[in-house]
Amino acid sequence: MTDDMLTDAFAKLLAEHCGPQVVRAAEAGEDVSDLWRAFEDSGFLDALVAEDAGGAGLGLTDVAGLVLAAGRAAVPLPFAQTMIARAALAEAGVRAPAGRITLAAGRLADGAVTCPAVPFGLVADWVVADLGGTARLVDCAAATVTATGVYGSLTAAVRGPATATVEADVDWAAAGAAVHAGLLAGAMEAVMAMTLDYAAQRNQFGRPITRFQAVQQQLSVMAEEVFAARMAAQFGLRGPSFRPGRLQAAMAKARTSEAAPRVAAVGHAVHGAIGMTQELDLQLHTRRLREWRSAHGSESHWNAVVGRALLAAGDTGTLDFVRAEMFPPL
Amino acid sequence: MIQDLSPVAIPAEDEALRGEVRAFLDQALRDVPADVRARSWGGADAGFSRALAQRGWIGITFPQEYGGAGRSAFARFVLAEELLNAGAPVSMHWIADRQSGPLINKFGSAGQRAFYLPRICRAEAFFCIGMSEPGSGSDLASVRTRAERTGSGWRLNGQKIWTTNAFNCHYMIALVRTSGTAEDRHKGLSQVIVDLSLPGVEVRPITDIAGDTHFSEVFFTDVELAADALIGDEGAGWQQVTSELAFERSGPERILSSIVLVDSWLDFLRADPAAAAAAAPALGRLATHLATLRAMSMAITEKLTRGESPVVEAALVKDLGTTFEQEIPVLIADALGADPDRPVPEVLWRTLAFVSQVSPSFSLRGGTREILRGMIARGLGLR
Repeated sequence: MTDDMLTDAFAKLLAEHCGPQVVRAAEAGEDVSDLWRAFEDSGFLDALVAEDAGGAGLGLTDVAGLVLAAGRAAVPLPFAQTMIARAALAEAGVRAPAGRITLAAGRLADGAVTCPAVPFGLVADWVVADLGGTARLVDCAAATVTATGVYGSLTAAVRGPATATVEADVDWAAAGAAVHAGLLAGAMEAVMAMTLDYAAQRNQFGRPITRFQAVQQQLSVMAEEVFAARMAAQFGLRGPSFRPGRLQAAMAKARTSEAAPRVAAVGHAVHGAIGMTQELDLQLHTRRLREWRSAHGSESHWNAVVGRALLAAGDTGTLDFVRAEMFPPL
Repeated sequence: MIQDLSPVAIPAEDEALRGEVRAFLDQALRDVPADVRARSWGGADAGFSRALAQRGWIGITFPQEYGGAGRSAFARFVLAEELLNAGAPVSMHWIADRQSGPLINKFGSAGQRAFYLPRICRAEAFFCIGMSEPGSGSDLASVRTRAERTGSGWRLNGQKIWTTNAFNCHYMIALVRTSGTAEDRHKGLSQVIVDLSLPGVEVRPITDIAGDTHFSEVFFTDVELAADALIGDEGAGWQQVTSELAFERSGPERILSSIVLVDSWLDFLRADPAAAAAAAPALGRLATHLATLRAMSMAITEKLTRGESPVVEAALVKDLGTTFEQEIPVLIADALGADPDRPVPEVLWRTLAFVSQVSPSFSLRGGTREILRGMIARGLGLR
């Protein structure tokens, strides 16, 4: 299958199993295991697992389209995180636990792992807790999982007993960032589609608001940000393995995080008051844009990672650094 | 609708050009200070252009039969990236290489190609573009400069303005009216090649905001042009002009105009760890934006190599790219001024001041921000 065919097949699955009503159900704490079963049955969750370990042996480049599609559909489960975790664990010879695996930063103290902000924490079965250099697997069933109190959010604080170290060779922070860059880019595409659609239907002063230059120029700026975000996200999810490059992930997360509030702002400006309602699907995506912007580090965090690496790169100039680190030969 | 842009790689044979060009530039620009190199593609040096020509680096995409190298848009991308990154003074031949030559190759007669293209490749024919007039800026279709048929050719009357480098150039490709009136808009416009040494042509340089002289006014008073001054079809000027916009708008020169300043600042930061720590996020942001823009520019270059004309996508990249170029001096000025007690090397100040002063032009030249956003809106189906 080419990556386009793969993405089309996944988009079809999402159209069938992950409509806005499923996203709302997950946010209301209802059971969405039908969606997870659909992921399990489809085989997509093992896409990055090596062939000799029973997977499809694909690389990030192949599945980038899936992650963006998950963002477009606001998939309320840690689909992409599970894909990467399964591949990393399989490579390390560890049997991945069944169920939904998410990624988060954490710290180890008094025999317990504490992760203050776990994306998808309310709907996950396991957390790969990145302790900075090492990682531990936390069983959510044996942990205290606390909602953040943020309306509709699936993020949670997770505190649980520390299991053995996960011996996988992967930069978990980069993986979390790359996944969220893809989700952000997809969610921004969805906001743009909804906004263009709404603007064409909405009439004021006797004509569609798309006729007004002030609206056109805002929509053009939104398109620029969405295209930049999409390109950056594809760089984060690039390569022949499941392992994202740290500086490519940094570029992806920084650029998509910067675009997110701009795209949300134009989406809401064009929609007017109706965009502020729970009823309209717009909010499913704009709430995620704000939350995912911060997940695994905002643009300032990842820009600083890149900035420090550039400063430390001897006398290499900026363009040469960018070419070497973010455009490696494939 | 606007087409998706996906990551592409530069073909190895084109990437291979980089080392050779780099070695030449390291030598040629060794003693040129940053504030001079910051002129980027505004810096003019005929001797430098001739040295590039001797190495086959002007007209690299032109057909071999006309003195070019017959190479792809990616070869030119690599070459342009190296020249701009080094701050090489390429202004003399830049327009001919980027725009006039490709236009002549595409729309010119066999005779015009044979006459002009080898001269461009040898750096013996420098070109400027005659678009804007005192009453025609963004509203380009309102041009009034007129070429009227005579028994032997054309008689040209009118005025162009903001013409970059006209006083150094041998030829101008001018967009002029050959029939109808300004009210006829896009109809009746044609492109003519004007030999700037002809009687009746007067070029008056204009000094700019930074004290440099690079653009000019050009007056035409009963200039007698030969019949073969017309390029392409009479009345097809508008279509010819717009067909080249993707080449003009998507290249590295819409991303790298401020890169010499970035690297000057980087050198300063590397020598001062305290300043560097504070500046890391801002510096890193420039790198993440540069990487994203470069990827987008490469994706458009790839479309060009396949014969597509991604005009709307190019407008999108130019607006983002020039915004980035303009943010650079704003951000660096703030970073340097954040600690007023810390001394800043004079050459860095001059580089910063120069780029700050000329930066408004980045989003004026080659189509204003407002025009580009209008084109994107059209690409989105809004108008």
